Amino acid sequence: MKIDSPATLERYCEEVKQRKARYPYRVSVCGGTGCQAFNCIEVYDALVESIKKNGLEEKVEIKLTGCHGFCEMGPLMYFQPMGTFYTKVDPKAVDEIVVATLLQGGEVEKYLYKDPTTGEKIHHREEVPFYSKQERLLLGLNHLIRPQVIDDYIALDGYKALAKVLFEMTPEEVIDAIERAGLRGRGGAGFPTARKWRICREAPSPDGVKYIICNADEGDPGAYMDRSLLEGNPHAVIEGMAIGAYAIGACEGYVYVRHEYPLALRNLLVALDQAREMNLLGKNIMGSGFDFDIKVAVGGGAFVCGEETALIASIEGKRGMPRPRPPYPAVKGLWGRPTNINNVETWENVPLIIRMGPEKFAEIGTENSKGTKIFSLVGKINNTGLVEVPMGITLREIIYDIGGGIPGNKAFKAVQTGGPSGGCIPAEHLDIKVDFESLQSIGSMMGSGGMIVMDENTCMVDIAKYFMKFLCEESCGKCVPCRIGTKRMLEILTKICDGEGTPEDLEALEVLAADIKAASLCALGGTAPNPVLTTLRYFRHEYEEHIYNKRCPAGVCPALITIVIDQEKCNGCGACAKVCPVNAISGEKKQPHRIDPDLCIRCKVCMDRCRQEAIYAE
Amino acid sequence: MEAENCRCSTRFTPVDDLRPLEEIVEKYRGDKSAVISIFHELHEAYGYLDEKIMEELARRAGYQLSQLYGLATFYTQFRLEPVGEHIIKICHGTACHVRNAQGLIDEAQRTLDIRPGQTSPDRKFTLETVNCVGTCALAPVVVVDGKYHGRMTPSKMQSLLKQYMEKGGSGEDED
Repeated sequence: MKIDSPATLERYCEEVKQRKARYPYRVSVCGGTGCQAFNCIEVYDALVESIKKNGLEEKVEIKLTGCHGFCEMGPLMYFQPMGTFYTKVDPKAVDEIVVATLLQGGEVEKYLYKDPTTGEKIHHREEVPFYSKQERLLLGLNHLIRPQVIDDYIALDGYKALAKVLFEMTPEEVIDAIERAGLRGRGGAGFPTARKWRICREAPSPDGVKYIICNADEGDPGAYMDRSLLEGNPHAVIEGMAIGAYAIGACEGYVYVRHEYPLALRNLLVALDQAREMNLLGKNIMGSGFDFDIKVAVGGGAFVCGEETALIASIEGKRGMPRPRPPYPAVKGLWGRPTNINNVETWENVPLIIRMGPEKFAEIGTENSKGTKIFSLVGKINNTGLVEVPMGITLREIIYDIGGGIPGNKAFKAVQTGGPSGGCIPAEHLDIKVDFESLQSIGSMMGSGGMIVMDENTCMVDIAKYFMKFLCEESCGKCVPCRIGTKRMLEILTKICDGEGTPEDLEALEVLAADIKAASLCALGGTAPNPVLTTLRYFRHEYEEHIYNKRCPAGVCPALITIVIDQEKCNGCGACAKVCPVNAISGEKKQPHRIDPDLCIRCKVCMDRCRQEAIYAE
Repeated sequence: MEAENCRCSTRFTPVDDLRPLEEIVEKYRGDKSAVISIFHELHEAYGYLDEKIMEELARRAGYQLSQLYGLATFYTQFRLEPVGEHIIKICHGTACHVRNAQGLIDEAQRTLDIRPGQTSPDRKFTLETVNCVGTCALAPVVVVDGKYHGRMTPSKMQSLLKQYMEKGGSGEDED
């Protein structure tokens, strides 16, 4: 099927919708990478078999889709129109679920979501607290789309935004619309997207060639929303990029994907082929006279390639090292031509804005941060997963209402946002509204959307050391402040964690931090001290405990803790002694055991082996 | 998921067979920016970037060997040594870190007697840490030959590794 005009697209869309309307029911199984690790493929296979066995092929549309967000509870199954939502589905129970839900109009209670506070089973997905407070404009489409089936996207009015732009709007009008929507870059710094596009549109190119790039090199550890978007709904990225290319005047685009994301890469490549085949990409798109195509570049695993100029160098086949800016890529980028880079989530917002109208989009969010933002809510949190929330929601709502709080009734200590460039936010700021400016005002940043929750057992000095080690390894080595500065900071932090810190170390950290921030070439170095600075600002007492009292209050740093067996609780089962790699544990059978502190290497293997919870760190 | 990332050593072409290299060089002929893609494909074919292969690539496609070496060592995805029979990747993303990924790394180092990035002398195990595999809900995560093992603890890690060491088998989770 070739789409040669908006009218053909309209007709084809109607046709697909009618075809789908013939099925009274739809069952969607989450096939995101998280659920795949929980064997969701077996659940899907069992579903296919059960539908066949029960003769329901004509009645049920079944889908293995991208990520539904609630990764904690996978594998997930969602029945529509009933709205019945099953969690932690066992492949063996699928037939029972199908019979009960589709044939008998009932449910299998065992697999319904149980509200941890009330203990009640929840029947409909929209009533699950994890979902009810979200505003899932982007992620909400995932459960309707098989990523490798373009018709599923077209049935949701896919590519109509592109048709509208190509046939009814001038490039300037498109940029104006994005400006009125107030869209800001979702990759980290929050630069206004329309302004970036305009600079690139107005920049002269020696031969008229301009490029656009989708940054899908999601490098922040603990963030995986871009992967889920690209995996689950690749056509939205393609449509967004085509609209951007038209607005800017680019004829070629690149998607720079992490090699660690094989499923996203595969789905994207299939989607690109389908779009080309239907004339939604390539020469003379939909008969508009506009040419645009997309190539895929695969990354080599370097965090710094998230930086625009480093990413461009990497596409050009060089070492991914940043260069001084200006000139900005919008003026002089890939192969020396004006180039516009946005990340996956930003591109997916573009067709949405055109479809819903910029004014409507701008109603969501705060004064300067519009629309929704996807966060990956991970760490010490009950409901791990991807959440999409309107800008301006508070951290408390995200962590407690959506995230369900901290496991094991432990005390909340901090939430880390913004990845290695961001900071750790303490409990006193839980009521801050999440938007670009507010997070910056407390020393952190939005970043790409990682939100890592930490509890009383997380050592903040250790966290600072963790990020510094990460950045030290990922520093490209081009400029001295970053290459050597991060190394020096890491050495000091390691010293403090090893119990050898001195009072002067804190001052040295602050001096180094200021210099690295001021003098680094790119944002990697420029923001590298942030995790140290925010932990020093909010958790200085933990550093001081390490330095003055040689104590790690969270019980993490091996040099500063002792592993002890509670003589009251120990039942002498001997499991700990068996796993101890250094034979430091001894005791008679059925008598309380003891650890020899001189032999103990504080690996804590015994701690997680003990079923009596009799072993602890002090 | 399992099969997709499986890199059993039998899958790889021996480095004295230059046919895959020839095909790859031909495929990207004239595209000087394709080095990273070429590396990825060489990795697929040979399992690592062997010195001889790199020399041949430099000669046949017109690169400086130093340039190739510079690229191969800059990007963490590429290996210059052959891998072991089993590849153990321990995720060390932030979510895994706060759930004691370091404990898993320490345990693996102790049990296998190799450091991250190294391969055991008997070529049975390669140990790696990765920045984030994006399955944070399962944190901490260990990926063995493409199979995900979630919510790991040092003691589970110990028994998982021992299963692989003893029978070289598939290492099913005990619970």
